[in-house]
Amino acid sequence: MAGKVNHDYHILEPDIWPLVGSISALTFTSGMVLSFHPDLFGTAASFVMWAGLAGLIATFFMWFKNIVVEAERGDHTPVVQLHMRYGMILFIASEVMFFVGWFWSFFDFALFPAALQYDADTGTTSNLLGVVGSTAAFIPEGMDVLDPFALPLLNTLILLCSGTTVTWAHHSLIHGDREGLKQGLWATIALGALFSCIQAYEYAVAPFGFGGNTYSSAFYMATGFHGFHVLVGTIFLAVCLYRAYLGHFTPRQHFGFEAAAWYWHFVDVVWLFLFVAIYVWGGWGAEYH
Amino acid sequence: MATTAEGFDIHSDDHAHDHADHKPGFFARWFMSTNHKDIGTMYLIFAIIAGIIGGAISGIMRLELAEPGIQYLQWWAQFMGGGNDLNTALHMWNVFITAHGLIMVFFMVMPAMIGGFGNWFVPLMIGAPDMAFPRMNNVSFWLTVAGFFSLLFSLFVPGGSGPGAGTGWTVYAPLSTSGSVGPAVDFAIFSLHLAGAGSILGATNFITTIFNMRAPGMTLHKMPLFVWSVLVTAFLLLLALPVLAAAITMLLTDRNFGTTFFDPAGGGDPVLYQHLFWFFGHPEVYIMILPGFGMISQIVATFSKKPVFGYLGMAYAMVAIGVVGFIVWAHHMYTVGLDVNTKMYFTAATMVIAVPTGVKIFSWIATMWGGSISFKSPMVWSMGFIFLFTVGGVTGVVLANGGIDDNLHDTYYVVAHFHYVLSMGAVFSLFAGFYYWFPKMSGRMHSELLSHLHFWTFFVGVNVIFFPQHFLGMQGMPRRYPDYPEAFTLWHQVSTYGYYIMAGSMIFFFVNIAYALLAGKKAAANPWGEGATTLEWTLPSPPPYHQFETLPVITDAHDYHDHRPVTA
Repeated sequence: MAGKVNHDYHILEPDIWPLVGSISALTFTSGMVLSFHPDLFGTAASFVMWAGLAGLIATFFMWFKNIVVEAERGDHTPVVQLHMRYGMILFIASEVMFFVGWFWSFFDFALFPAALQYDADTGTTSNLLGVVGSTAAFIPEGMDVLDPFALPLLNTLILLCSGTTVTWAHHSLIHGDREGLKQGLWATIALGALFSCIQAYEYAVAPFGFGGNTYSSAFYMATGFHGFHVLVGTIFLAVCLYRAYLGHFTPRQHFGFEAAAWYWHFVDVVWLFLFVAIYVWGGWGAEYH
Repeated sequence: MATTAEGFDIHSDDHAHDHADHKPGFFARWFMSTNHKDIGTMYLIFAIIAGIIGGAISGIMRLELAEPGIQYLQWWAQFMGGGNDLNTALHMWNVFITAHGLIMVFFMVMPAMIGGFGNWFVPLMIGAPDMAFPRMNNVSFWLTVAGFFSLLFSLFVPGGSGPGAGTGWTVYAPLSTSGSVGPAVDFAIFSLHLAGAGSILGATNFITTIFNMRAPGMTLHKMPLFVWSVLVTAFLLLLALPVLAAAITMLLTDRNFGTTFFDPAGGGDPVLYQHLFWFFGHPEVYIMILPGFGMISQIVATFSKKPVFGYLGMAYAMVAIGVVGFIVWAHHMYTVGLDVNTKMYFTAATMVIAVPTGVKIFSWIATMWGGSISFKSPMVWSMGFIFLFTVGGVTGVVLANGGIDDNLHDTYYVVAHFHYVLSMGAVFSLFAGFYYWFPKMSGRMHSELLSHLHFWTFFVGVNVIFFPQHFLGMQGMPRRYPDYPEAFTLWHQVSTYGYYIMAGSMIFFFVNIAYALLAGKKAAANPWGEGATTLEWTLPSPPPYHQFETLPVITDAHDYHDHRPVTA
């Protein structure tokens, strides 16, 4: 059997997209730097950023397209599918640690607060350090926060509900019910999109602007990165829905779907922590908007 | 037992030109690679180039420090396009220390150890045909290159009071936020984002490969210690780097979008940045040394012709170092105003790490004990590693004490300490690994004479550089300063002479590579004799483009030490 491949691993042909993706990533980050400093580089410099982003999107599209083609071709033997399970779990683990960083700063600010005062008219915050009679409080004096039991609670229910609809889709897939798969995915994507819309509305009407003090910094960056992950997860599920219409996935082999579902549950769990920690506990005792 | 590979039919001559050795054309092979050995080679070449640049920068710094006063910095400031004033000159100093640190950590040691040797030898040692995710392997490499370019870009745009990012490799706020408003620091931060993304992807690749692609019968408890070391390292990367990514993203938004994570005017806290940074930074120092531990274990066992002493203890000592490495970070921050109880905890937890580290040092010595030692080039570098890393470890125990560190923090004592564990620990293990595996990777033997000359001159050079820095630190010389009172002149001069010796010794290294590639003898499958018992030595040198197309089988007759095919 000399020279014949006697194993089930996936040996790949050379591929240009890793190089294109890396150059695009460098272009994207460099373009962001240029657009951060319009005084030095002019306002047209953001074109570089958009070019890099386009390259990144093309890379993601082609890369995942190639994976799907290879999967449909039968390159993904059981051991290769197991690779992907490991890969996805580890990727989610690293994502968890990314959010640990944001929660870390949130709890630092919430547990060891400064004495801040917020001017609702100008949207500016001042530090009352050394001012007689000032007291430390995480929510700056004079600043309202979002009522956690209004739209945030609704969003919590929406995400929890979407967790059940994605499980509905999964069970349908396992039992060979293609229509149930599509319906479950449609419902999940719709709920995800609804979540994003409500979140965008909340940002638009929030009683405090972006930055300026620790509460709004931690709030917008943590919930903003979560929102970005919701968008990614929604796209991931939409790709699965498209593939379901193409007739992909079998009751035995559908890791693309499972990875999307895992990712969705991860996004869901992050939201539960955000809701409990930032919206409910973090805003406790403050004036609700 | 056979010492060559007859037991595995993968590399018998009759199919040398078969599928297994079919290589793509030049562009496809090197720019679109999905081959772990080619990617490993590119990582090594990249690390050598980055090491030359990072080493040259330290030469600039040693020249400046050879005598009191500012000698060359103004020239450098003008050369880099800055003004002729003292502020720009001093800013250039900050740029040099920043570039030296970032290049050596992210673009020399990590790519060489994990990207280079990890890529080359993890699949070979576990009997796998390639990595689990070959395309992702390639993007890890190119993202590292992209990160290096982003750091280079930073040199040519304004930073603080001159061109370049002058923040130190730690990028502490507020120096990195309100203290350096120019785009250079943004480029440096994105450099870390890009290299970090590459490393996280690489870490998932290594963990998946090691868990899922071991040859039949290669249980975790039979796996070579180098593979164990890369496994632990990959977990540290996977869990530590995202926290750095969050921290430096906060820097970016503080710099450009008005958040106040590290700005007290809005309730923020610069010390928070230090916590987040060192929660990454301390695992990072183990990321830089653990693969070295693994290589030293392989080499010491090979050239002592004995199984490594206490195999399981060695493996789990690395696991213990990795776990405890996550809960000692604030020993880098003893002088920020931590309360006494916190300092006591971090002192105690840090000291605990000396225990598994001691397990490793004593086990290497016990491996040599009673062995039939041959002093080949990898072995002398390994013995140099054991000695010098121990020196760095002992000063580490000194610095672990919160009370003592109050005096020594940010002095040259700290500089001496971490260069003993890195420039002499990590770098000696890199050279040991390089001489150990160069014949396997290139198919050519290097010169033992030149390797030994390289070792002895390098050994003398780095000790002359860094041992006097302990004295400077004890005398109170602070780190990160280009100028000093005359009282510190003597040991600074000695240190600079050491740099000349070290730089000169690198000539032996490069001549040796050139000699080996041009005129070196062909390397046998196993040039190191009966002590070399892991799977890479069962393959020809260099191995076929795709190895192990029929997987090797590890049977009950194999133990943790000897994976060569069993012959009747």
